[in-house]
Amino acid sequence: MTEATTDTDVTKPVTAVPGSGTARVAVTPAAAELLPKLTEIHGPLMFHQSGGCCDGSAPMCYPDGDFKIGGSDVHLGDLTIEGLEKPIGFYMSSSQYEYWKHTHLTVDVVKGRGSGFSVEAPEGVRFIIRSRLFTDDEMRELGDL
Amino acid sequence: MAMYAAPGTDGSVVTFKPRYDHFIGGEYVAPAKGQYFENPTPITGQTFTEVARGTADDIEKALDAAEAAAPAWGRTSVGERANVLNKMADRIEANLEMIAIAESWENGKACRETLVADIPLAIDHLRYFAGAIRAQEGGLSQIDNDTVAYHFHEPLGVVGQIIPWNFPILMAIWKLAPAIAAGNAVVLKPAEQTPASIHVLMDVVADLLPAGVINIVNGFGVEAGKPLASSSRIRKIAFTGETTTGRLISQYASENLIPVTLELGGKSPNVFFDDVAAQQDAFYDKALEGFTMFALNQGEVCTCPSRALIQGGIYDEFLGQAVKRTEQVKQGNPLDTDTMIGAQASNDQFEKILSYIDIGRQEGAKILTGGEKADLGGDLSGGYYIQPTVFEGDNKMRVFQEEIFGPVVSVARFTDYDDAMSIANDTLYGLGAGVWSRDANTAYRAGRDIQAGRVWVNNYHAYPAHAAFGGYKQSGIGRENHKMMLDHYQQTKNILQSYSDNAQGFF
Repeated sequence: MTEATTDTDVTKPVTAVPGSGTARVAVTPAAAELLPKLTEIHGPLMFHQSGGCCDGSAPMCYPDGDFKIGGSDVHLGDLTIEGLEKPIGFYMSSSQYEYWKHTHLTVDVVKGRGSGFSVEAPEGVRFIIRSRLFTDDEMRELGDL
Repeated sequence: MAMYAAPGTDGSVVTFKPRYDHFIGGEYVAPAKGQYFENPTPITGQTFTEVARGTADDIEKALDAAEAAAPAWGRTSVGERANVLNKMADRIEANLEMIAIAESWENGKACRETLVADIPLAIDHLRYFAGAIRAQEGGLSQIDNDTVAYHFHEPLGVVGQIIPWNFPILMAIWKLAPAIAAGNAVVLKPAEQTPASIHVLMDVVADLLPAGVINIVNGFGVEAGKPLASSSRIRKIAFTGETTTGRLISQYASENLIPVTLELGGKSPNVFFDDVAAQQDAFYDKALEGFTMFALNQGEVCTCPSRALIQGGIYDEFLGQAVKRTEQVKQGNPLDTDTMIGAQASNDQFEKILSYIDIGRQEGAKILTGGEKADLGGDLSGGYYIQPTVFEGDNKMRVFQEEIFGPVVSVARFTDYDDAMSIANDTLYGLGAGVWSRDANTAYRAGRDIQAGRVWVNNYHAYPAHAAFGGYKQSGIGRENHKMMLDHYQQTKNILQSYSDNAQGFF
């Protein structure tokens, strides 16, 4: 099992796997290590960022296509994971994106037991989002989705 | 003060079993795959029992039991069903202390809340629906002299319910009481963070219920929740949680063409108008307490008043006193009756809250108090404690827009009524809100103008059984509490009867 972080000093910047993500979303080494194992169990995967209560604000990881993406969603990018043939899409509802678009997201994994139907929970871990603000220059370059 | 002994130690009022199986068809049944998962208490982080790890096979077995029980249960008289609910309430009341301490140990919440709120509210809820089902009447309409339309309430049959971890027992009873009062059989999946306390409750009420009316399958969402929510054998699914899972459950429900009720949280505004501080009296003190309500249940409440909006004329003074009031919140061992705020329910929840405190800082929100994890020392060092935290900032920041589900409030200033309503409604959600004013007209108008399903006026965090609870906007679909809840667990049978002997005249 991937060793999830127990470091709760969240003020330390997280390190994303170089080249794993896009300008908007990336993954940490711990998350990148876990995803191929989850793919073995569940097949190709996808992420949809949740909002609302309980485990809201956590990214949900599903078998690709299990959650139907619709016209109200935006595609933030694809995560390239070593050992996986296909990249993993990362989506969010467009209304939520309006409040999130000024931040860069990094998918990390911690020990825990998130509810919801996210596939990692039975492994005793939970994906969470680490965020940082885009600089003004980044915002100009990125434009809108 | 009183300190309850920790479960598993001498003198504890509750003893958990070392292992809990599924409760199916009136008995405990081992999981089909033989697997169990560890259940830690967030108070110390230590495992105290293990729980069946359910899969699709276990859900099918529970559905078999529910399908077998539903027809007979649906035909019992409302008087019989009401008696069962009332007896359950009496039994829980007689064991209140045991169940309350089990709930605190399970979830991490302060026992003063489980002893005087969670469990008493659950008891009252059962009694309310025992009364409501007996008082419910169908209808008849005389169409013409010889034709009558009768409207009967009939149960749906077998329903699925997925329960959150913030009020494991109260939220289960919120869903169970109307469902079984209306004559349905239930397959219920507790949250995987809090799978055990419901079994402590079932132990004291199980013999009152016919086998199969309530079935409990534990396990993870992906392994047990999904086969339940996507089953073509349920006639309705109810879920409390977050938006992505809410959408996923709706997608499954659309495939089976069944109704859903969803309660998906919020980012509730708590609005304090200038006139609150017109006098330094009991009401002003109540308003300060109203601000501090964000710390109730460690902020793990869907209606947490996590955005405080304060009018410019009293902003500095009121906020200064509110921060002092917040600093008086006593954090400690949840089993100490003096403790006001306990542990967050799980490690991932704890980590998520800290990551939000970090993004709030990055966005430039100012921390007025708190902002750190709390180490309470001794055994409690392994638990998940966070200081009550007050942010000051702007409503566009992410800490103002996302449900942190921790003891964190974000404060902003408003100028006048229109500004207050504009900020209050600038959110994706609409579950709860608070309005504080001495002016009845202002309070009434604000109550109507805020787009939320529950607006507390001059109070907060009260949950009586006969006040409807549910969301506007992305906070969900349907209501809980109140007799209208029965509608979510019933379907309407119309019998259109002719009392005429004559042909209708078409052929």
